[in-house]
Amino acid sequence: MSTLAIDKGGPTRKIKYRSMSRDRAWALRWSYFFLVVFAIFSLTPPIYMLITSLKSSAEISAATNPWWVFHPTLANYVELLTSNQFLRFFWNSAIVSIVVVIVTMLISIPAAFALARMKFWGSTTLATGVFLTYLVPDSLLFIPLFKMLAVVQDLTGITLLNRWYVLLFIYPTLTVPFCTWIMIGYFASIPKELDEAALIDGASWLQTLTRIFIPVALPGLIAATIFAFTVSWAQFLYPLVFTTSVDQLVLPVGITTTLIKGDVFNWGQIMTGALLGAAPPLIIYAFLMDYYIAGLTAGATKG
Amino acid sequence: MAFFLTLPLILLIALLVLYPAFYSMHLATLNKSMQKFVGFANFTFLFKRDTFWMVVRQSCIFAITAVFFKALLGFIVAHFVHNLPAKGQRKWRGMLLVPWVIPPAMSTLAWLWLFDPSYSAFNYTLSFFGVGPVPWLGDTFWARFSVILVNVWYGAPFFMIMYLAALKSVPDQLYEAAAIDGANWWQRIWYVTLPMMRNIIAITTLFSLIVTFANFDIVRILTSGGPLDSTHIFATWAFQVGIQSSDIPLGACVSLFMVPILAVAAIFILRDVSKRGNEA
Repeated sequence: MSTLAIDKGGPTRKIKYRSMSRDRAWALRWSYFFLVVFAIFSLTPPIYMLITSLKSSAEISAATNPWWVFHPTLANYVELLTSNQFLRFFWNSAIVSIVVVIVTMLISIPAAFALARMKFWGSTTLATGVFLTYLVPDSLLFIPLFKMLAVVQDLTGITLLNRWYVLLFIYPTLTVPFCTWIMIGYFASIPKELDEAALIDGASWLQTLTRIFIPVALPGLIAATIFAFTVSWAQFLYPLVFTTSVDQLVLPVGITTTLIKGDVFNWGQIMTGALLGAAPPLIIYAFLMDYYIAGLTAGATKG
Repeated sequence: MAFFLTLPLILLIALLVLYPAFYSMHLATLNKSMQKFVGFANFTFLFKRDTFWMVVRQSCIFAITAVFFKALLGFIVAHFVHNLPAKGQRKWRGMLLVPWVIPPAMSTLAWLWLFDPSYSAFNYTLSFFGVGPVPWLGDTFWARFSVILVNVWYGAPFFMIMYLAALKSVPDQLYEAAAIDGANWWQRIWYVTLPMMRNIIAITTLFSLIVTFANFDIVRILTSGGPLDSTHIFATWAFQVGIQSSDIPLGACVSLFMVPILAVAAIFILRDVSKRGNEA
């Protein structure tokens, strides 16, 4: 690939005499140069979060060089990690995300199995419908869902608004369609001979699913799990609309609403909270990058 | 049997996606206290408001500009990463995808702090070059620029990853053949890379168009629609009208205006996805 070297040299006759390896070396140098620029652009906000989180309020308001920490302190971390309120947000986020992942898997694995292997009336329409549902954004549904919850609450007397557990029902609308869709892709790529052999040996459909499909499609399953977790963890609009009391909030909403008090911004704490909130997805990503990327690209390439 | 396996899925979609979607249309025809049917009065009311047309225009500018730059930046970065020796690619890819991994609500807070009117780290840096201070979020033009910038920052890595996967699937022989035929770098991109990646580019762009058009987090946290409603897009304005001013029917009405554009994009995506399915 010497595309870039020619880019710089222009299509002159001289190029013909230049050696291939020198072309390549220049292409590489330019690639590295621009990638460093892009990496700086990409990493500036997270690094700035880290820098600010290590500063005291006094140092922030002194308006010294913002890109450097002169008196590093962990006070912001200590304060947040010992505050019951912040731990409550973290706990709410964790429980909601984990339960939503489990619910998502319980719904989408059987459905994907049925849609990938059993042809039944309306199965292709349903598969298309699942994909279309994935394209319905949260910002289209939050108003009717809000009203629906209010109506159901009035009819049944069960408190739904301003309760974190209502998110357990709402989040699957965001995670299930995509997870089902990519699981259909993974299941469909399993050779038919495999499950036919199992059926001939007398396995039931359930056994084929648990003994063959789930183990073979495990990479897809992990990708789907990561997707469901990160979507639930990052979701901002639904909890912002459905929950208001401080003890019901999840992390993204909690940080943006409680740490900003009127016009007083305690930036050290806000950045610490944001960094702690970004940590779980980042840690998962650091360890399972390949699955993460597989899930990301599967949406458009599978199926 | 098969039906029972898909029953939870069908129930979920029917009750929490399809029903609310239709319920939204019903809500849009009620008056503010939701007791009287008013037909299209909410719609005609919106048509008469300047803010509404500003939101329509800003949503389109926001979505189209952001998607264009995300696609362009993603394409360029994907090429640079693809140029690297295979061993180093993983590391760079990992670094460049970080913006996509951080929950947007969290990373937008960092941008809000970078754009802070009195302590902006960008203005601090720019002051050494004799530029600024730039009113990042205080001025209409700059506020619009900033929300797009943050959206591009967040979304470009997604394009990069998709294009990188597509670039790897283009057979090397095609480039070799093109090189033998004397094609320069531009001809190779135009006649080999782009046609081979056409489908992936179309799907990614349309998909991103939907997500960007329906974006909420970034604009909400960065500007809340200000200054003077100039950065409001459909989602944030619907939130302000429907939830904060508790005029649910009008809010539902605003968000329904997203449907036509989303529907068109969805139809094209579906066509491309099923085409891909048939090719395989």
